[in-house]
Amino acid sequence: MADETRKVAFICSKGDLDMAYPALVMGWAALGNGIDVTIFFTFWGMDMITKSRQSRLELAPVANTSMKMKMMGFPTGNFGIPNILGIIPGMTAFTTWFMRKKIAAVGAPPVGEYLQMLVDGGAQLYACKMSVDMMGLKKEDFVDGVIDIVTASDFMDMTEGAQIIFI
Amino acid sequence: MATRTIAGKTVQVNDEGFMTNPSEWTKEIGVEIATEEGIATLTDAHWKVIDYCRSTAPSLNGKSPTLRQITTGTNISTKELFALFPKGPAKKVAHIAGLGKPEGCV
Repeated sequence: MADETRKVAFICSKGDLDMAYPALVMGWAALGNGIDVTIFFTFWGMDMITKSRQSRLELAPVANTSMKMKMMGFPTGNFGIPNILGIIPGMTAFTTWFMRKKIAAVGAPPVGEYLQMLVDGGAQLYACKMSVDMMGLKKEDFVDGVIDIVTASDFMDMTEGAQIIFI
Repeated sequence: MATRTIAGKTVQVNDEGFMTNPSEWTKEIGVEIATEEGIATLTDAHWKVIDYCRSTAPSLNGKSPTLRQITTGTNISTKELFALFPKGPAKKVAHIAGLGKPEGCV
């Protein structure tokens, strides 16, 4: 085992439901293996830590080329969800509901609960100052576990020697 | 397959030092590996986790359960689990309990 603890830092920049999970899954695996974890939330990624947004992350079917009808059990091969259907009111809610079901089926908890597990396991969460200023947010708008609002430069300082993963 | 002697017993281990035959494990082996992992004393709470892992391993192909399975199955919180087995509980628990690394991601 190396003398110095391995460190990994994630930059979460997306607020879509499916894009919230990579950092949660990898961060959790890292903590389980004794690796220090820091997560920096920027732009739409701040939805993951914003109280009013965290449980409402969505997944839109429009222009999502990976989302195929066969995911829902239809024997339709590579036939996608037509973009024209995606504009029907309720389609985003439907695909979100569907993806939540898929995520729960593999035993993964909802974003809020998952993030709390990471905090309990020692992950350090920070919000991006520029994004916070842009969106008019305050520290009180964030869930417990967010340590501070920091600049990009602060983030660079605190992640010296860490492997950085941008999502 | 490599072997090593732990607590006076020769057991089979893989490249990473995890035991590959759960039936070769004894409590004494668990205590010795825990010491190697930096846990000097195994408390009742440690044993609750280890016993839970040992009891579920047969249904998991000899692998240790995931951390979430442990917290759900033992009612030990995530915080407490990380305090009991600091710096990498997933691997440490599996190592001490003589099981393979957990296969799930959660």
